[in-house]
Amino acid sequence: MESWRNNRLVFAVLALPPTAWLVIFFTVPLIIMWVYSFAERGPQGQIELAINFANYARAIEWIHLGIIWKSIWIAAVTTLITFLIGFPLAMGIAFAPARWKNVLLLLVILPFWTNLLIRTYAWIAVLRTRGFLNFGLEWAHEKLTILFGFFGTAQVMGEFQPLELLYNQKAVVIGLVYVYLPFLVLPIYATIEKLDKSYLEASLDLGAGHWRTLFSVTMPLALPGIISGCLLAFILSMGTFLTPALLGGTDSEMIGNLIARQFSSSRDWPFGSALSFLLLYLTFIILWVRASLAGRKAGPL
Amino acid sequence: MPDSNTIITIRNVVKRFGSSVTAVNDVSLDIRRGEFFALLGPSGCGKTTLLRMLAGFESPSEGEILIDGEDMDGVEPNKRSVNMVFQSYAVFPHMTVHQNVAYGLKVAGTPKGEINQRVGEALALVQLESMADRKPDQLSGGQRQRVALARALVKKPKVLLLDEPLSALDAKLREQMQLELVRLQKSVGITFVIVTHDQNEALSMADRIAVMEHGNVLQLAPPAELYEYPNCRFVADFIGKMNLFDGQVVGARDGRVVVRVNALSDRVGDLELPYDGEARGGVGVAIRPEKLRLSSSEPVDEPVRLRTRIMEVVYYGDENHVFLEAGEAKFTANLQNVSRGAHAGVVRGEDVWISWRQEDTLLLTS
Repeated sequence: MESWRNNRLVFAVLALPPTAWLVIFFTVPLIIMWVYSFAERGPQGQIELAINFANYARAIEWIHLGIIWKSIWIAAVTTLITFLIGFPLAMGIAFAPARWKNVLLLLVILPFWTNLLIRTYAWIAVLRTRGFLNFGLEWAHEKLTILFGFFGTAQVMGEFQPLELLYNQKAVVIGLVYVYLPFLVLPIYATIEKLDKSYLEASLDLGAGHWRTLFSVTMPLALPGIISGCLLAFILSMGTFLTPALLGGTDSEMIGNLIARQFSSSRDWPFGSALSFLLLYLTFIILWVRASLAGRKAGPL
Repeated sequence: MPDSNTIITIRNVVKRFGSSVTAVNDVSLDIRRGEFFALLGPSGCGKTTLLRMLAGFESPSEGEILIDGEDMDGVEPNKRSVNMVFQSYAVFPHMTVHQNVAYGLKVAGTPKGEINQRVGEALALVQLESMADRKPDQLSGGQRQRVALARALVKKPKVLLLDEPLSALDAKLREQMQLELVRLQKSVGITFVIVTHDQNEALSMADRIAVMEHGNVLQLAPPAELYEYPNCRFVADFIGKMNLFDGQVVGARDGRVVVRVNALSDRVGDLELPYDGEARGGVGVAIRPEKLRLSSSEPVDEPVRLRTRIMEVVYYGDENHVFLEAGEAKFTANLQNVSRGAHAGVVRGEDVWISWRQEDTLLLTS
């Protein structure tokens, strides 16, 4: 395994294409954006290079802080719900019979085979006022009304009012949970799968029940995977753009949408760049906190 | 019938995995209260499956298991009064040594004061008092195993189950732990059931050993009986080393059986072996390597003697293993180096006489 590293030429040839790709299409644009974030917007929306922090100062004005806070809040709620669904799912797959495991994993990854835009539009069809969910509810309401009609008490059911499910924060959270569930399930599944099952057997053997074992042994030992999965879901939902744009309403603009608007209708690239970097710094802080927590745990007491 | 001396009764237990694999095939045995019991056999013989059925991690397909008179059918592992030391030790890596040992008491709702006292005692028992606040990753393999022992013993189980407990330790530590496990077992008085593939481990520690192969118990006996009187070829060959020959029963004479060994008959004639019971047809004739005697001149007083050539001598320090051939027959003889240069004359290519006592010869009918 080590020997090919010693062959510099092979190493260089293998490393060159990905490095070039990353530098040209990631590092350089990032640097350009970083420079823009200190620039000024001209009267026609052009970029006038300068060095001032006005964009950053604007980014932390109350109105924008509010949007950032809302993004954090929506991401946190999304992560929590995704975890509550995803952890049992990951456990279920990890403990499923071997021949089912790959099929179940495939089902988790299956949504990736369809474009995110199409999948999000599908949610619109489900959630809108005249959508599948409301149709289903209306059907149930109708049947219940008939049922109550037999007892002459049809009036208790009242008139059917379709639920307002779309174009609000709830719709955004539902959409985000759906999109980022696999990102949370996979790392948790990987850690539970690798876990020596004799830890769980030892816990049972020592008299603990299944719930006790789950909270005292399984979850603490799966913690690295749980943290990775939750961070992934959190960071991805915080920076999301598409889901709130399609499923959200006026109350659910997130930082991603704010940034997108700067680069499109507002034509204020410098401010958009500053906002982007603010989001990037926030992500770095989260990752740094996580890394230093992990480092402290691994070290001696 | 199980009496008060029996702690575990295994009755006609069968364990099948799927439709094709029978891991344990109709095993019945009793384990006595307070004994050190070993399940010995090669990998895949069903010994671990049997142990896991005692712990409750597997349930028998047929038959029943009684622990202290109680039927264990449908009893979950956490409701059984047995505890297990796992092959991987399974010491919880996220807890300190103290927390590990306290875990079983904590889930049982034992008062805090009693927990601390009993954990202290258990750690003293395995000589780990000074390590109480360490995390498992700061312990050596041997220390981790002691934690696993203390964690199981602190629960004061009726039976302690040990799954290959010494297999991960190096040779020196393993020998030391063998002695310590025996000492521990005698001092706490709890029944130990150990699973091992290492015959030395089983012989040196256990009061009784059940030798298993292909899901069956072939022989259940104390170590000395198992070694000196194996009841079949598999046990004879699996426990220690054995010179094994094919032979035919050609007659019987006042409590003795006359056997002709094809590879030896032209040199030593027919062997008259003590054997109570019926024996006929093809049998195995076996003699332990250490029971062979080598001499440079013909040992005329010995009834069983033959001249052999030394093909190879392997030196182990404490003993030499001498590989000998006489025509078709191949022998291994173990010679203790009782003094320096005791066997200086035993070198490759030389011819020597070997002999053994009739009564040390084993007749194996299966």
